Amino acid sequence: MKLYEYESKRIFAKYGIPVPRGFVLERDADIKELLKRHEIEPPVAIKSQVLVGGRGKAGGIKIAKTVEDAAKIAEELFNKPIKGLLPKILLVEEAVPHEAELYASITMDRAHRRPVVLVSRLGGVDIEEIAKEKPEEIHRTYIDPWIGLRGYMARGLGKKLGLSGKRLQVFERILLAMYQIFVDYDGDLVEINPLAVTSDGLVALDAKIIIDDNALFRHPEIAKRDPAETGEYTELEAKAQRLGFAFVELDGDVGIIGNGAGLTMATMDLVYERGGKPANFLDIGGGASAERVKEALKILYEFPKAKVIFMNIFGGITRCDEVARGIVAAIKEVGQKKPIIVRLTGTNEEEGRRILREAGLEAFIDPIEAADKAIQLARER
Amino acid sequence: MAILIDRDTRVIVQGITGKEGSFHTKLMLDYGTKIVAGVTPGKGGREVHGVPVYDTVEEAVKNHGADASIVFVPARFAPDAVYEAIDAGLKLVVVITEHIPVHDTMRFVNYAKSKGTVIIGPNCPGIIVPGRIKIGIMPVSPFKPGNVAIISRSGTLTYEVAAAMTREGIGQSVAIGIGGDPIVGLDFVEALEMLEKDPETKAVVMIGEIGGDMEERVAAMYREGRFTKPIVAYVAGRTAPPGKRMGHAGAIISMGTGAYQDKVEALRKAGIPVAKMPYDIPRLLKEVL
Repeated sequence: MKLYEYESKRIFAKYGIPVPRGFVLERDADIKELLKRHEIEPPVAIKSQVLVGGRGKAGGIKIAKTVEDAAKIAEELFNKPIKGLLPKILLVEEAVPHEAELYASITMDRAHRRPVVLVSRLGGVDIEEIAKEKPEEIHRTYIDPWIGLRGYMARGLGKKLGLSGKRLQVFERILLAMYQIFVDYDGDLVEINPLAVTSDGLVALDAKIIIDDNALFRHPEIAKRDPAETGEYTELEAKAQRLGFAFVELDGDVGIIGNGAGLTMATMDLVYERGGKPANFLDIGGGASAERVKEALKILYEFPKAKVIFMNIFGGITRCDEVARGIVAAIKEVGQKKPIIVRLTGTNEEEGRRILREAGLEAFIDPIEAADKAIQLARER
Repeated sequence: MAILIDRDTRVIVQGITGKEGSFHTKLMLDYGTKIVAGVTPGKGGREVHGVPVYDTVEEAVKNHGADASIVFVPARFAPDAVYEAIDAGLKLVVVITEHIPVHDTMRFVNYAKSKGTVIIGPNCPGIIVPGRIKIGIMPVSPFKPGNVAIISRSGTLTYEVAAAMTREGIGQSVAIGIGGDPIVGLDFVEALEMLEKDPETKAVVMIGEIGGDMEERVAAMYREGRFTKPIVAYVAGRTAPPGKRMGHAGAIISMGTGAYQDKVEALRKAGIPVAKMPYDIPRLLKEVL
């Protein structure tokens, strides 16, 4: 789960990472009055609080030179969707004059199976871009979880960025705090980009924290947020998530249901390989009951992009007869709103086929034939 | 012996009294797996399908001797179960549990390494040596004994590929589901190091997916001659968009790594054929065998 910039900065401040002075602005609040109360004078940066990448480029961050200007810009940003998302909150901050912009992040390195600290002199741009264009400008240190990040490691990275004196000390403090946040909050990512180099120190101009979804039970205050609100998911994706399904919307027209993440992805790829376009990813998981199968079908009934539904089931732990019962139950309850093409094989296959046949559905054994049929029907509709 | 386990491997089931643990204990016993004991804290003294249950792994090992364990314990308590198995001296721990926080996994995987214990998983179907033993939850009908190993990041897809191979008369020396999480214990490279030395394995099917760089590391290993038997690969997620988790926590293209094209290109450049569909794998295998 991604945190908003203002939430991440509150955590940063709590852990002693320098952030610009500022405040959170809600839609009906008076920015002039708040500027006065916080004793902040323009120029100020006004930043749309939406959880999408490339917010700056999309016009979600503006500098106001006067108080009047600030009021106008705030009004404008509240009504400006950034990549389709309208902010509920703006962050207003004192502009920070600075000489250079650095990059610092901590994430989990999958290959080394340890946290890795990444820093670069080239802050302010995407780390992906630096990695592609100038990989030699990224410095990294892998962290033994039983030792943690130590001061000397942080200083070593700071030296590589050309820092010295007081700045080096501040840099060490910042990295150690980031690591503590990474551990305390079950971070997938803790990132400062850019980290501004000022006349007397360093300031985190932006802040990003992503928390491991599987660890949300340890962070109840964050877990209660509705996933749809964050803009990471569409409404239907969020609904499916609440029902416990992994569901991702795509752009094609062949609705996909599979059992198991790998098989579901492979089914999307199969449709593509045969000349069609998958509309979604929907995994019913292992050992799904008839009830679950019915719920899954109802999600795709509600999903307008899916013109047909292609179910690819390999029965292992999942039983074909249960799947068949679920399909029949869904049709009974809400009618067959869209053509359903079923490929069914594995555990209790014969029983599953019989149940479907009685309901007037013929299941395929060969997945490629089934995919071709689904693609053809989607084209005809 | 194949790799990691064989007929004589003595297995403990952690979380044996739970629904999943009990159900799969029965299926493993039916397949011939030597399950010598089960563990559920607070339920010591019972029996599940004739298997004695203990409160601690230590007692179970002391009374029965054991080499491996399989963990069905819920995510919040699974790390504790894994540490317990490592500290009891077990050499292999198969973690079926899904949704374990990645920081927890990272720590127990590092600890296991320092103690010389191999972890398979988490979020995996386990390991099977067809015809001899399974420590896992996979259905057994798709598998038959043979000399091609399967290593895979996905459960169901493994069964699908095994069934297709078996239909074409190609059996398996071993099949390992390494798990769908961002951080797992045994990875492809380590599994291949073991399979290189396994006389029963003549070729390998690798079923990868988007996310991470494990497939790229296999490509490098193969190119450098550190694995010399034929490999046939499939990578799931060609049509998956970046930044979205595709079911498995680890199946996500992020921070510029994990894309399908990068993986397939690396594998092909190294000389590893990549199947466009999982159903093409038996045909590609016949070409390299």
